[in-house]
Amino acid sequence: MSYEQYHSLWNKLGIDTQKITAGVDGAIKRHEEVFLTQSNRPSKMEYFDEFWRNLQTGRIAELDKLKEQGKPLVGTFCIFVPEETVVAAGGACYGLCSGSPASIPEAEKELPRNICPLIKSAHGFKLLKMCGYTQSADFIYGETTCEAKKKTWEVLNTHHPVHVMQIPQKKDEKSMVLWGKEVEEFNAHIEEVAGRELSFEEMKNATEIINAKRAALRRLDKLRGMYPDIVPISGKDGLLISQISFVDEPIRFTEMLNELCDELEKRVSQKSSVFDSDTARLMVLGTPFAAPNWKLHHIVETSGGAIINEESCIGHRYYKDDVELDGVGTKEELTAKMMQRYKKIDCACFTPNEERIQKIVSMFKERQADGVIYYTLSFCHTYNVESFLVEKALKAEGIPYLAIESDYSPEDAGQIKTRVEAFIESVKAKKQAKA
Amino acid sequence: MYWGVDIGSTYTKIAALDANGGVSEVHTIHTLVNQDDRVMEFLNGKNISSIVATGYGRDMMKQKTGCKSISEIQAHAKGACMFFEDTSVVIDLGGQDAKVIQIEDGQFVDFRMNDKCAAGTGKFLEIAATRLGFALEEFGEACKKYDKLIEISSMCAVFAESELISLIAKKESAENIGAGVHNSIASRLSTMARKYQLDKRVVFTGGGALNPLLVEMLESQLEIKLSLHPYPQLNGAIGAAKIAFDGA
Repeated sequence: MSYEQYHSLWNKLGIDTQKITAGVDGAIKRHEEVFLTQSNRPSKMEYFDEFWRNLQTGRIAELDKLKEQGKPLVGTFCIFVPEETVVAAGGACYGLCSGSPASIPEAEKELPRNICPLIKSAHGFKLLKMCGYTQSADFIYGETTCEAKKKTWEVLNTHHPVHVMQIPQKKDEKSMVLWGKEVEEFNAHIEEVAGRELSFEEMKNATEIINAKRAALRRLDKLRGMYPDIVPISGKDGLLISQISFVDEPIRFTEMLNELCDELEKRVSQKSSVFDSDTARLMVLGTPFAAPNWKLHHIVETSGGAIINEESCIGHRYYKDDVELDGVGTKEELTAKMMQRYKKIDCACFTPNEERIQKIVSMFKERQADGVIYYTLSFCHTYNVESFLVEKALKAEGIPYLAIESDYSPEDAGQIKTRVEAFIESVKAKKQAKA
Repeated sequence: MYWGVDIGSTYTKIAALDANGGVSEVHTIHTLVNQDDRVMEFLNGKNISSIVATGYGRDMMKQKTGCKSISEIQAHAKGACMFFEDTSVVIDLGGQDAKVIQIEDGQFVDFRMNDKCAAGTGKFLEIAATRLGFALEEFGEACKKYDKLIEISSMCAVFAESELISLIAKKESAENIGAGVHNSIASRLSTMARKYQLDKRVVFTGGGALNPLLVEMLESQLEIKLSLHPYPQLNGAIGAAKIAFDGA
């Protein structure tokens, strides 16, 4: 494909048309291989497939229109950044490209090799000017969830404006006072960029939009995991939708996702599953899967398993909680409710993080899953260290557990497949023994 | 006859069980390109009731013949239990990976494998043997003559090799350096194994089990007696054959 109608937009954003054309072609081809080869896919996936094909073209053009109207475009890497405020200002708050091995060699010119692939990939995309989202962003909001990230922002800031929100490491009162100030400052910054004070109505409206998006994602999550006999949609498709939830226009996304969920509800009532009945239903825990990191899902779902939930930031941690709006009448009250909502994020950057472990056990029981895969990106120390306590808690409950550590390179796929297949064999044997 | 085919990255192991479930023949051939064709050629004219495939090449065998394929973990667990019914842990040291498998009532319930690097695998033993001038088969026996235990601390086979070179330059004896290599592998294996309860039968398999010094050092580090498999390198193929036999 030549994507000629986007060349002037790409040029305006400083993107090399030849390089990005190859990148887009590659991403579309990979999507075809991984997604379009699945059988019995829901017909409403078509919207999300089409969105993927337009990821660096049509959607970037939409963002450009917002930009021309003077609306703020904010790029992020973390679910702590309060997107409600950006949406209230009529702008877009989105996740940046960070899931491809292709940009990592470039990043390693400036960053150490032994930090997490997500950060390196994101930094490389900036250096290569290969991501329309990064290139469009007025600024990037970084945060302090790990050592590698917070120091990378200083390097990234030499290429693109970066602001940093200080995420506390504990959830005690004084830490939450700090976090409250960070949210207030963020809101003030967005208002400054928008050139006006945001009204309570605008804030409330935006919060309703994002709450509705999260509710639709929770609806999908239930459909994926709450019916022990039926898996109406593959984990790969579920993951793709979660990934798209970070870049799509939220109102349209919510509408399309609810349409898909209507279709899935019909499937559930007709007992129409995309997998055989003896498929192992697995939950995945841990670090996020930034698109196009589909490696683990693809391996699991071509080895006799199905992934029914991602307990990760691109997944359940992002949509599990809403900002409560009942009885809220002023901006201050709304900001306080936002605070309460964001405080519930059980990121492994917190110490202690006991609530996450309890949540995982109860999520497992609710879904009557068959096993758990704890996924850690290489060098993500917080999630990796925390896995010990999670494993201990799961084993105490007799829950089958497999740990996988990986990066974005394709070469460990064979080894991961061996482990995953063996794990699925043991899970199935246990399932049979129980039955 | 019931055949198990374990297509590994370097060798393909083939085992057959007779109608009574006893091992009747075992073979080892090099793994090359189009190994599925080579295996079929090998099996041509043999008495075949069924085949089960395992190892990295299991999927290509499955596609070629429509036979069943199982993971190496299951094959190794099965193979060990065939000789030692009460196996509770299998420690396997192969050329490319090391694994520890936990078994309850004949069924594996958990396992660990080494990371992608070669340190702590049979490959590392092979690199060190070559560098120190030993044949792999005699490496363990020869190094039993060590009189000093040298610590090899490197985490990576490439760095460990340069560590060996600096030890050679320091005029340390080949036996002492070799013993250090054995000890570092035993220590990596025992760290993996200690995750599990080792108070019942622990079976050692893979090419590593043929090395007497490694067995000795692993036993001393784990403070247990290891059961040695009669066909250590063929355990995966025999386990696959046993599954073929049980399925018949």
